Amino acid sequence: MSAKGACAIVGVGETAVGKLPEMTTLGVQLEAIGRAVKDAGLGPKDINGLLAIQPSNDPQRSYALTVAQAAGIHPSYATDLAVGGATPVAMVAHAVMAIMTGLCSTVVCVLGHKQATGRLEPRHGHLRDGNEDFEEPFGLLGAPAVHAAVAARHMHEFGTKNEQFAAVAVAIRRHASLNANATMRKPITIKDVLESRWVVKPFHLLDCCLVSDGAGAVVVTSADRARDFPKPPVYIWGFGEGHTDGPLQSSSLTTLGGKRASEMAYRMAGVGPKDMDFAQIYDCFTAIVIVTLEDYGFCAKGEGGPWVENGRIEIGGDLPVNTHGGLLSQGHIEGMLHITEAVKQLRGHSVEPERQVNDAKLGIVSGHGASLSAHATLILGRDKP
Amino acid sequence: MGEYLKPLPSKNLDAKPLWDSCKHHSMALQRCVSCGQFRYPPRSLCPNCHATETEWRPVSGRGRVYVSLVMCHSYGPAWEKDVPYNVSIIELEEGVKIWSNVIGCPPDEVKIGDPVVLVYEDVTEEISLPKFRPAGNRTA
Repeated sequence: MSAKGACAIVGVGETAVGKLPEMTTLGVQLEAIGRAVKDAGLGPKDINGLLAIQPSNDPQRSYALTVAQAAGIHPSYATDLAVGGATPVAMVAHAVMAIMTGLCSTVVCVLGHKQATGRLEPRHGHLRDGNEDFEEPFGLLGAPAVHAAVAARHMHEFGTKNEQFAAVAVAIRRHASLNANATMRKPITIKDVLESRWVVKPFHLLDCCLVSDGAGAVVVTSADRARDFPKPPVYIWGFGEGHTDGPLQSSSLTTLGGKRASEMAYRMAGVGPKDMDFAQIYDCFTAIVIVTLEDYGFCAKGEGGPWVENGRIEIGGDLPVNTHGGLLSQGHIEGMLHITEAVKQLRGHSVEPERQVNDAKLGIVSGHGASLSAHATLILGRDKP
Repeated sequence: MGEYLKPLPSKNLDAKPLWDSCKHHSMALQRCVSCGQFRYPPRSLCPNCHATETEWRPVSGRGRVYVSLVMCHSYGPAWEKDVPYNVSIIELEEGVKIWSNVIGCPPDEVKIGDPVVLVYEDVTEEISLPKFRPAGNRTA
């Protein structure tokens, strides 16, 4: 029983990203769900699966049930997933599994948060990572530091340079400049990145992603129903997950779970990196894009630094990466908008023409998180395999 | 001396022997009795062989820098006076890696591969944090 081509994404919804002080954490998610369900030409009674994630600033017993009830959805399958920034990609894979086993037929996957203005909302708690006792007393605080460890090792092992990390930020900013729903739209140069303040060496401020409010949602259903929907379906060709040890236990900080996850996804889809027309890579920090491109086989391990230079990952280059502007410049919705962007690229005529990848047939999406230990990969295609 | 404002580890059942050993300036690590592998953070099951019997062995206190970072952003009032400060992953001779700080030298001078030695910082009555100083004999 192969999952290849068994399901398709038939609806996507995105909210504005940036600062949304007038909306609640639940509110942004409901807006994204409403848009995705409408995009699919459906109503709440047509949805019978729901995947959500615990919001870090308002953890609840079952966020999926809170969302379902608020959205008028009566699911036969509903749960929260929790694999950090890999969660949106994993949600799509779990939706396929739920549909293939007959638990449900049409699933909404939603992720939204208010990391920019959520501090102003009344809180009922805060999700913890689990390893704080062995990190925070030493001042290891915030997401940049643990990712800077990857950058430091990549520089040490392969001679990667800050200019090469900067090339990632420059390319992705260029794409954001072409996206009306992006937070940071002013193009930047390598020099701008290198002259931005240090956050944690070796990362400058512009090596680091944004902190955003916003939400995204997708509707997944079986491929045999997918042709009945108003927009062209985008088929799920393959997926994989590869979760690893934390940074202290891993034997390497320069090969992460993306290697195993992508190998699984390529095997399922029967395609390889050379078949990809674009990649939407989880870009919480510039160095993670380089490591993921290597882990995904676009270049050899250690060669990612020079590989991303000179426009190769820009629209018009060999492999456009993060055509929406990514977490670095569009907005940080934990990668859910990497998926909606991939769907729009493959549908065609759904993004600004300047950032449409020409004749896009196949694309790969990565999700990464949980202090380097979580990874999920998704391969999407315009055509039914 | 004012109140200590930085985060402190909790002495839960798994970790209490670790923090007690640091309090006595004789840091010990959990070692699997069955396969001999050291592990960190302390846990009740060996991730290598799934044995549950453990012993606590004092560490040599020698290690090398595996990752060296310089924190330039302050994450709150408790850290304001410290930035920029070093955060490192130290690979101990026993084979485990731990997050800590290399102190006693400018944070930018700490490089991957540098030999370091364990020192203790008594931050409260109950908690002494294992930290590291450059050992000299730096290798290229």
